[in-house]
Amino acid sequence: MSAPRVGIIGIGQSEFRSRRDDSSYPDLVREAVAKAMTEAQLDFDDIEAIVYSLSPDAMVGIGNAERLGVDAVGGRGKRFLRINTGGATGISSVAAAYYHVAAGACDVVMTAGADKVGECGDSQTVLNKIWDPQYERPLPLGTITMLAMSGIRYAEKYGMTQEDMAQVVVKNRKHASLNPHAHLRKEVTVDEVMASRMISWPIKLMDCCPQSSGGGAMILASERYIKENRLDAVWITGVGHCSETYYIGDRMGNGYMADHADAFALKRSFERAYKMAGITDPRKQVDVAELYAPFSNTEYHAIEAAGLAGLGEAVAQVNEGRFSIGGEIPVNPSGGVLCTNAIAVTAMIRVAEVALQVSGRAGGHQVKGAKLGIASGNGGDHQFFGTMVVEA
Amino acid sequence: MELLKRQEDWKITYTHALGEVASWFFVQIRDNAKIFGRRCGDTGRVLVPPRAFSDQTLEPTTEWVEVGPGGKIETFTIVYEPFNNLPEPPYAFGYVLLDGADTALGGYFRGVDLADPAAAAEKLKIGTRVVTKFADKDKRKGDMLDFWFELA
Repeated sequence: MSAPRVGIIGIGQSEFRSRRDDSSYPDLVREAVAKAMTEAQLDFDDIEAIVYSLSPDAMVGIGNAERLGVDAVGGRGKRFLRINTGGATGISSVAAAYYHVAAGACDVVMTAGADKVGECGDSQTVLNKIWDPQYERPLPLGTITMLAMSGIRYAEKYGMTQEDMAQVVVKNRKHASLNPHAHLRKEVTVDEVMASRMISWPIKLMDCCPQSSGGGAMILASERYIKENRLDAVWITGVGHCSETYYIGDRMGNGYMADHADAFALKRSFERAYKMAGITDPRKQVDVAELYAPFSNTEYHAIEAAGLAGLGEAVAQVNEGRFSIGGEIPVNPSGGVLCTNAIAVTAMIRVAEVALQVSGRAGGHQVKGAKLGIASGNGGDHQFFGTMVVEA
Repeated sequence: MELLKRQEDWKITYTHALGEVASWFFVQIRDNAKIFGRRCGDTGRVLVPPRAFSDQTLEPTTEWVEVGPGGKIETFTIVYEPFNNLPEPPYAFGYVLLDGADTALGGYFRGVDLADPAAAAEKLKIGTRVVTKFADKDKRKGDMLDFWFELA
């Protein structure tokens, strides 16, 4: 199947910080939207549909906050829908915007949203509520503990140490120091990461993403519209998604289909995106990657699921610098989720950052000569995985 | 300029129905201190916690199978950070493959000194044999917290 080409013509990122006390929630959405609209040089009347990017309501503390956000995106009189796949929400929203255009329903679509995680004092309480009230809610599960338990299995299977986890933090913080949009921009050393307090073994404070507040927006358009209006664009050439079953305990034991150590469904998702984009050897064809990894250990299985390293090989290759800026395939040159996590738009920013990279506009954290990039988002209890290929 | 804030609390009460399968499972825990799984008629796999249907075959499960009380640790974590509305740290919990089961069941690990994280993690490493312990009968409510795991 040959899909019609869909281009990215506008990107807006707000400033990301712990708190944005200068902005209400819709103001923050509006900040990102205004930037994307300025970049695309469009009027609101040119936008035909809005895909609203918003993960769990309780994180921003407003029930169905898309109702409030509809004004900030200029949604009146337009097609409008909200997407929520947890941490994958942002990339699912870009995918939904893509499908509007690819299906021929619209020529120009905007996806936008914001989060104010820093205003939620109880984010792990909110995230504990993603588990079922029958069996798992009574346990103190949260996203940190869920992915700590993935790290325990990954370490057992492939020999990852806590110093190896720290190397990911050192790499990404160094990258973030070059990215003015990033939230945590202070460089750290392995010793500093190792000395940070233990949160959920083996994850320490500096192995964790921050709770960020900020917004993101992207405008997508059909190839016909882009050519007719002589617009600059980069192209979404591959879109993938894959889901995993619910129970963490099914990803271990006997006869499991996916190991909680790894990210099996993320791998399937990448395979779908690669097939669509005609990528047969990602290690040779991918120039840059923005992979969703909110805790240091999870970047390893994400790199492997993206096919940038074999299973269990990512640790050695991160240590060798293969995935640093200046290395062969920089991973998370923006600093990634580890340095900025405004959950509702985090996975959208992965796509936006790759788009900036392949258009040569990433600024201080530009990967030299990048022409093809990949992005991913993970949501639910390590369940919903979205992936994209973006090309110049 | 002066920027103002407003504090809000969400306190929402739900009374969740557990359904037939989970109800039977928890009654066995409460009344008999026994853990059961459900067998998938198609593959023979024993699913714990029990489910009405297999998420792999999507076929209804067909019979109850008693599992445990012994098992082995499949993964764990030890939490040292306090989180609002979650237990006081430190605490250890994770997933155990009970004898006779094919999937792992979540629960707390008790009886391990958690003061030294590395030493505690070594005691709880993957593959370690554990045994299921139950609260005294008059304390059991038919809940996941009626039982926990201790080193065998």
